[in-house]
Amino acid sequence: MKLIVAVIKPFVIGEVKAALEAAGVEGMTISEAHGFGRQRGHTEVYRGSEYEVDFVPKIRIELLVDDDQLDELLAVLINAAHTGTIGDGKVWVLPIETAVRIRTGERGSDAL
Amino acid sequence: MRSADTLWVLLGAALVLFMTPGLALFYGGMVRSKNVLSVMMNSFIAIGIITVVFVTFGGSLIFSNDLGAGLLGNLHLAGFANLNHPLPGLGGVHADPMAIMVFQLMFAIITAALLSGGTVDRIKFTSFLVLIVAWFLFVYVPIAHWVFSPTGWLAHLGVLDFAGGTVVEINSGFSTLAIVLVLGRRRGWPGEAMAPHSVPLTLLGAGILWFGWFGFNAGSSLGVNHVAVIAFVTTQIAAATGMLGWVLFERAREHYPTTLGAASGAVAGMVAITPCAGFVSPMAAVVIGLVAGVICAMAVRLKFKWHYDDSLDVLGVHGVGGLCGMVLLGCFATKSVNAAGANGLFTGGGFHLLSREALAAAVTAAFAFFVTSIIAKVVDVTMGLRVSQEDEFVGLDLSQHAESAYSLGGGGRLGQ
Repeated sequence: MKLIVAVIKPFVIGEVKAALEAAGVEGMTISEAHGFGRQRGHTEVYRGSEYEVDFVPKIRIELLVDDDQLDELLAVLINAAHTGTIGDGKVWVLPIETAVRIRTGERGSDAL
Repeated sequence: MRSADTLWVLLGAALVLFMTPGLALFYGGMVRSKNVLSVMMNSFIAIGIITVVFVTFGGSLIFSNDLGAGLLGNLHLAGFANLNHPLPGLGGVHADPMAIMVFQLMFAIITAALLSGGTVDRIKFTSFLVLIVAWFLFVYVPIAHWVFSPTGWLAHLGVLDFAGGTVVEINSGFSTLAIVLVLGRRRGWPGEAMAPHSVPLTLLGAGILWFGWFGFNAGSSLGVNHVAVIAFVTTQIAAATGMLGWVLFERAREHYPTTLGAASGAVAGMVAITPCAGFVSPMAAVVIGLVAGVICAMAVRLKFKWHYDDSLDVLGVHGVGGLCGMVLLGCFATKSVNAAGANGLFTGGGFHLLSREALAAAVTAAFAFFVTSIIAKVVDVTMGLRVSQEDEFVGLDLSQHAESAYSLGGGGRLGQ
């Protein structure tokens, strides 16, 4: 099992969700995040004084997948989140020991 | 007595009172969310405190018969007593004298509230209260007597100030500068970002100030007449062109016309028209507002150069805007608008009026700065002007008032 973590532009979340669902994903978790990469932040101006806002709003997706699905779903996610402009975000993958569905006690792939 | 004139002045009083909560919103939006209640409270509490001090004896010292040298009145009207005769020097005014006194009370309130704009995020609440009472007695009362009472020495000299370019605007600006020099800067300023937490509040506040300013300026005619109409119209015009001037300056300089700039510019325009309102033509008001909008937009940048933390620009908008207004009044005043006024530099009057306006502006700025410096220093030495470093970090809402402006759930349990 793998955990896909993706930090993406907030406005592409609708397309990403639709594309992942179409590819068979049955659940995911998202959260609002702030951060910066090469895009850096932006500048705000109040009465002539400039404020550097370093962290820009992003959406973080966490998605548990089976090993054999990883490459396909990764490609789907990246394709849907891609705009080609700076600030598109990043995706990384972690190995997962196990997962448990709390209601039934199912473990591993059955819990996905 | 004419009932219409009394009604006009009472209506003006209510409008000017409404400016103070408007100012609270204007300022409240510009601070960080941990200090919004504190700064709004410092405006709001002025309504309570100044009312008591003004009614008991402060108002009398301003508007009763002069003690002799044109410097101060007596206590004949203390407690708003003996107000069954016209106020000294105002025999030609037909509004009820007590209505005029309560109208003038509202001016004192908002001028005291203005001082809170420079001192945000760090002034101790109790010290602020002592400060504004002492400041009202030793700074506001004398200047108001000199200018607003016809028996005062500046009024006697022929200085024109329709609604308080000196008494309210220049006074508050330079008094605030004096206080912040004693108080010191906010910790972290100017390096740390202290951006406004809610520009929408500020915009609403500016709108309320604009609404109330019709009472401030048009009400200062003290009667229902053409001068009231002129003051109303010039106020509207200068607010409009002040807003445009500030925003155009921003557009040219930083490429973005900001909402905060629009609100600030409208206020700057109204500040500048305050001394001029009933003495200049509508087209002069176009110029006065525009000039004030641009100059104040430039003036608010000076604090970053000279490192005095006039946090919400009381000096930059009210002090500098007031100076603009007094000088431009000396240029644009015309008797064709108001026979009781005078002609200025551009209207055939030569330098006579301009020199008097400049003198009154300079005297007000110097007196306000000097005396307020002493008061601030005394308060600082005796009770301390600033909160502790920890209280400043936590925010004044919590440390001074045990409140939070915005609590989103998780309110804890009810205490015993």
